[in-house]
Amino acid sequence: MGRSLKFNIFRFNPEDPASIPHMDTFHLEETGAMTLFIALNRIREEQDPTLQFDFVCRAGICGSCAMLINGRPDLACHTKTNNLPEEITLLPLPVFKLIGDLSVDTGTWFRAMNEKVESWIHTEKTLDPKAPEEPMSNDLAEEIYELERCIECGCCVAACGKANMRSDFMGAVAFNRIARFMMDPRDQRVGNEYFEVVGNEEGIFGCLGLLGCEDVCPKDLPLQDQLGMLRRKMGWQSIRHLFSGLLPG
Amino acid sequence: MDTFYTDVLCIGAGLAGERVAVEAASRGFETICLSLVPPRRSHSAAAQGGMQASLGNCCMGDGDCPDIHFSDTVRGSDWGCDQEVARMFAETAPIAVREMAHWGIPWNRVVAGKSTYYKGGKQYEKVEPAEREGLITARDFGGTAKWRTCYTSDGTGHTLLFTMDNQTVKLGVKVHDRVEAIALIHDGETCYGAVARCLKTGALRVYMAKATLIATGGYGRLYRETTNAVICDGSGAVLALNTGIVPLGNMEAVQFHPTGIVPTNILVTEGCRGDGGTLKDVNEERFMHIYEPGKQELASRDVVSRWMMHHIREGKGVKSAYGDHLWLDIRHLGVKHIKTKLREVDEICREFLGVDPVTQMIPVRPCQHYSMGGVRTNKDGAAYGLKGLFAAGEAACWDMHGFNRLGGNSLAETIVAGRIVGIKVSDFLEGCEIAIRTDVIKAAVKKEQERIERIVRGKDGRENVYKVRSAMQDALMEGVGIFRTGEALRKAVEDLQKVLERAEKIGLHSGGVGANPELSLALRMKGQVKLALCVAYGAEQRTESRGCHAREDYPERNDRDWLKRTLATWKEGETLPTLDYEVNSSVWELPPGERGYGSCRIICAEDTAVMGQSATQPEAN
Repeated sequence: MGRSLKFNIFRFNPEDPASIPHMDTFHLEETGAMTLFIALNRIREEQDPTLQFDFVCRAGICGSCAMLINGRPDLACHTKTNNLPEEITLLPLPVFKLIGDLSVDTGTWFRAMNEKVESWIHTEKTLDPKAPEEPMSNDLAEEIYELERCIECGCCVAACGKANMRSDFMGAVAFNRIARFMMDPRDQRVGNEYFEVVGNEEGIFGCLGLLGCEDVCPKDLPLQDQLGMLRRKMGWQSIRHLFSGLLPG
Repeated sequence: MDTFYTDVLCIGAGLAGERVAVEAASRGFETICLSLVPPRRSHSAAAQGGMQASLGNCCMGDGDCPDIHFSDTVRGSDWGCDQEVARMFAETAPIAVREMAHWGIPWNRVVAGKSTYYKGGKQYEKVEPAEREGLITARDFGGTAKWRTCYTSDGTGHTLLFTMDNQTVKLGVKVHDRVEAIALIHDGETCYGAVARCLKTGALRVYMAKATLIATGGYGRLYRETTNAVICDGSGAVLALNTGIVPLGNMEAVQFHPTGIVPTNILVTEGCRGDGGTLKDVNEERFMHIYEPGKQELASRDVVSRWMMHHIREGKGVKSAYGDHLWLDIRHLGVKHIKTKLREVDEICREFLGVDPVTQMIPVRPCQHYSMGGVRTNKDGAAYGLKGLFAAGEAACWDMHGFNRLGGNSLAETIVAGRIVGIKVSDFLEGCEIAIRTDVIKAAVKKEQERIERIVRGKDGRENVYKVRSAMQDALMEGVGIFRTGEALRKAVEDLQKVLERAEKIGLHSGGVGANPELSLALRMKGQVKLALCVAYGAEQRTESRGCHAREDYPERNDRDWLKRTLATWKEGETLPTLDYEVNSSVWELPPGERGYGSCRIICAEDTAVMGQSATQPEAN
């Protein structure tokens, strides 16, 4: 016999003039190996067909289902109810625009982030379809992949003190992305070009160093290391900037 | 109403859709992608293993070339594919892989020197040559003669999708995410775009385009037990079917995988069995050796899946809140092996099941995995029946997979077909102008507005959409799964026809305001039941066994009568699809023969155009 679970879920439909933000309560009997993916779908199918939430892969790889689970940002699909108390409170991620209930608009936020950091390889080279590829060491490929594993779920942004205070703060996800391209020899950008993007208050110098980002990352990305590395490199860049202004051309 | 004009409308922003968009945008055409979800959340990201391309860099892929890749693909398809397309695919795959490297994929690379690998639980040694150090390497996958599957650790689909989306950002391709196309706009000859519904607000929109591409992925979610993401519900195939003109190809060709975990059907790799894992029943006893004394757990995917279902039907399944299942036991492989060689499996078990595979057995059962069928196109990706309509990727029946897809060929298809079809779409657009038929747009929008109104107000009834979906899934799981017989298929068709009647009476139980999820599903449901009928009826009519389509009452592959592709269209007001057939390949570079694995009972083709010069014929001298 499973436990009886009590879910407190945030409700608000911005498209409905009659809707006001409030919490709803649902009860479910726990079944074996139950995840929040199973629980939320059951609530929608059996109790309230209007409940909005987002799942896509339900296997922890697409980043759709991040929400506040008893106060902590995490992926709902890999959260097992048996690791939670009987009372479970679910809120939408902060910082992102609310679509309805537990669903937030991460698509718009991340597209803007990717445009801002110019998240692509900058190169003058063109592809010769007949030529063999340029060699790369497997170790370097694996190092790049380590940072490339980010799934843009938004947990690090939601857990960031600065991002919650200041809407234009770029967040650990952007710093990690920049670190990924700085590491990649195929990207021909130089230090100064990165500095223009990230060497300011919206960027790395705005980071308060609270490291909520690293604590909640469901992919265990080494975010702290990237923040440290960027701060050092951009610090040097800013000194260079300062002196280049003072020194005669 | 918001109306958008563009040169290319890509419905779907997974790998195939975005690759077409990238090609069109880099040729200077304005491109908009519609996506149910933010593009980087598309199901392409879920493909972990890798993509096949015959680079031949690693020592175990030595001597590989497009010829061998072509041959593996045709054999894999059980000669059900279009060989011209398979040839084009195999030739282009190496270029596509290198292009992705150019755009930033951190492909795993050749490391010179000695290393070890496992096969069938045994350890072997290989030596990579120094001169290939740093070139793109490959891993081993089932059904291939060489190690050919290029990869980035366990996240190949993820890195491909992020890198492709980076290109769309760079090129300024607009992606309208959380927008669902609900009907194509066409006049019976030409496609002009689509009517779409915003999934953030519920508002309708019109997209007018010179070229429209369907790249919405597969239809796995018609089945209850599937490895597919929740968005893979065949919405693109429904758009095509609802035109009444555009045919769907080989919808009965559905691939199953033996080991999805219960309850969430997340895939655990075949490597578990490859390395010596065993399947057990409710009594914790092995059973595969009873049915397949030779290969036991290592028989082909469809064979193992069939015996597992048979064993469950014999009452030997383990009861659970999520239905009966069996056990996959890898405990005897030991902690070291599990934590290193099967790390992914270990993580999935602990994260999603709370099971420690070192000390506990893993609950598994076979589930749907891949859709070989889809919107039928020619080799350029142009859909049959409507000018200006294209399709690519899993959504399409371009037809390089025939009746069985090889591991590593699905990711490869998205990139390769996207590249080829993208070029063809761009060529089509050169000098292409369309006259806008406002009457056609108006009629299409009005039809959708009325459809929504009827569902919201319950004018046709108050059938619960979730119950209708469940009934459809029951019918497919029961009759059109791994076991197929004429009797069960006929019953499934009858059941689904009843479900279709119910689907026409769906009415909401909520208000339908805004991005209401009940309405979103209700709008899709009738189309999905029609797709299910295309699958079931196509399977019932195909009286042979080929690849994944295994008929117990017709166990032979019948090349004499069935070297042909099913084409399903749906005429307005009918209760069944209309099935037509076409020859599945115009060239027979590789004449039909034995695959070299799985059971092989063949009724041979008699056509010399197919078989070539038969070896048994006397030489003409």
